[in-house]
Amino acid sequence: MIINGVSIDKTFAEAFPMKATRAIITAQNEKWAMISAQAMTGFATSVIACGCEAGIERVLDPSETPDGRPGVAILIFAMGGKALAKQLETRAGQCVLTSPTSALFAGIEAGKPIPLGKNLRYFGDGFQISKKINGKRYWRVPVMDGEFLTEATTAQVDAVGGGNFLVLAESQPQALAACEAAIEEMRKIPNVIMPFPGGIVRSGSKVGSKYPALGASTNDAFCPTLKGVTNSELSPEIESVMEIVIDGLSQEDIDKAIRVGMQAVCDLGSENGIKRISAGNYGGKLGPFHFHLQEIMA
Amino acid sequence: MSALTLTLKTRPRQRVDMSPLVCQKLAGMAPDDIAAIPLQTGNKTVRVDELFKIQGSDSHNLVIAGSCNKLDFIGKALDGGSITIEGDCGAYLAQGMKAGTVRLDGNAGLYAGCEMKNGLLEINGHAGDFVGAALPGNKQGMKGGTILVKGNVGDRAGDHMRRGVILVEGDAGDYCGARMIAGTIAVMGQTGRYLGYAMRRGTLLLWNQPRLSATFNDCGSHTLAFLPILFSSLKSLNSRFADSAQAFNRVQRYGGDMAETGKGEVLVKL
Repeated sequence: MIINGVSIDKTFAEAFPMKATRAIITAQNEKWAMISAQAMTGFATSVIACGCEAGIERVLDPSETPDGRPGVAILIFAMGGKALAKQLETRAGQCVLTSPTSALFAGIEAGKPIPLGKNLRYFGDGFQISKKINGKRYWRVPVMDGEFLTEATTAQVDAVGGGNFLVLAESQPQALAACEAAIEEMRKIPNVIMPFPGGIVRSGSKVGSKYPALGASTNDAFCPTLKGVTNSELSPEIESVMEIVIDGLSQEDIDKAIRVGMQAVCDLGSENGIKRISAGNYGGKLGPFHFHLQEIMA
Repeated sequence: MSALTLTLKTRPRQRVDMSPLVCQKLAGMAPDDIAAIPLQTGNKTVRVDELFKIQGSDSHNLVIAGSCNKLDFIGKALDGGSITIEGDCGAYLAQGMKAGTVRLDGNAGLYAGCEMKNGLLEINGHAGDFVGAALPGNKQGMKGGTILVKGNVGDRAGDHMRRGVILVEGDAGDYCGARMIAGTIAVMGQTGRYLGYAMRRGTLLLWNQPRLSATFNDCGSHTLAFLPILFSSLKSLNSRFADSAQAFNRVQRYGGDMAETGKGEVLVKL
């Protein structure tokens, strides 16, 4: 398959099951909601070392938030329910409770309830106040700027992590420009995040390593400087490869994100140095969810 | 199916215990069986059809027409369905209600909504003393749900209240929110003496500055984020509380009762 001079590999991206939740952070203005959301989703690029993968889903209009203030929706993904609950709680405690004027609410109603502010309330040292409104429990925790309002729980749902595609280009600036264009479109899709810095990862990995302690190592087949010395996937004109990784609440959500992202890359086309799109494929060993690139673009 | 309507034939001379006539107990009963249900009145037991004319068949939607203040325990432990009362009612309206809706056109007697667990009690007239309170000797009053009173409430509204919301469009008597354990009482009108007497936790939300006991301390003026959420939860009510022009988030906060734990609050609109 070739679109606008870009060759789409007949391969699939492999993804695995995760647990996820959404939280809504509001503040006096969008600036402070965003600051808190960025802190809460910081250092959350990969479960390999961060404990979770998290990102900003979108900015919310005051009419969409529970307290009528500007807000930001974030998604957090982890490999299991326990890890998710722990990450959510520690991040909320350090990054939202601490952030001026913030309030924190559940972003998903249906699913298994997991603590959001339920345990953060103890920061109130007995002065915390519970309010049950329309069946939902809120905690009002006295803090130095006034009151930190938080919903007690949010819901955990089954999700999919690790959807991806690789952009192969003739130069590093061209690979980056194409990925930036893709991310801009993909951010418009609900229920997904691209957890890596700016949504783009340059250090794609393969499973395993020559060092026994490491479970993953550089994807040498896609490293352009190793074209001549390893079993390379790259043709001579490829000088740079970048990857976009997508976590989503469902397979369909990731499908949509991959489609608009790949479309944006193809729109730049071969005249902008984009030669090929491939995907991180581990021979079906990594996970049960497969995203066939050609089928998605068909 | 039309609503099951019980029309009071004449004003009874003695008080009547209406607790057998709740939706969940009437479900699936034939009209003859409903007519034969025994009701206690004074020291006598009478059949339902001796006191009421029975029409309609939808027991999920019960109407008590021509009601008067002798009818006690209407909607006791109601567990789903709706009861509409045309006229006044006696004491213990919707006592221990678990779910459903009770609507009263007129005035209620003592202990309306006492020890209520959930559901909605709407009183269009006035309510007597001990709205949403605990029965004498019991430690916990209302534990959930909403009581809306469009008129005034008597003394000791929300006595020993544990959770839930009491909304009063009119005035409240003395000892409003006394011995509250938690929950929310909102009063648009005036409040009487000894407001929040011995309250431990909970919120008294007032539109007018109350006369406060010496054991309530000023905590200053604040903008509280939970108030917009509370007000938006009242939007579905047929009440002035649903009117967004009545909503506010800026309050003077008083903490008390300091003679107790001091973790309750009186919030007064600024």
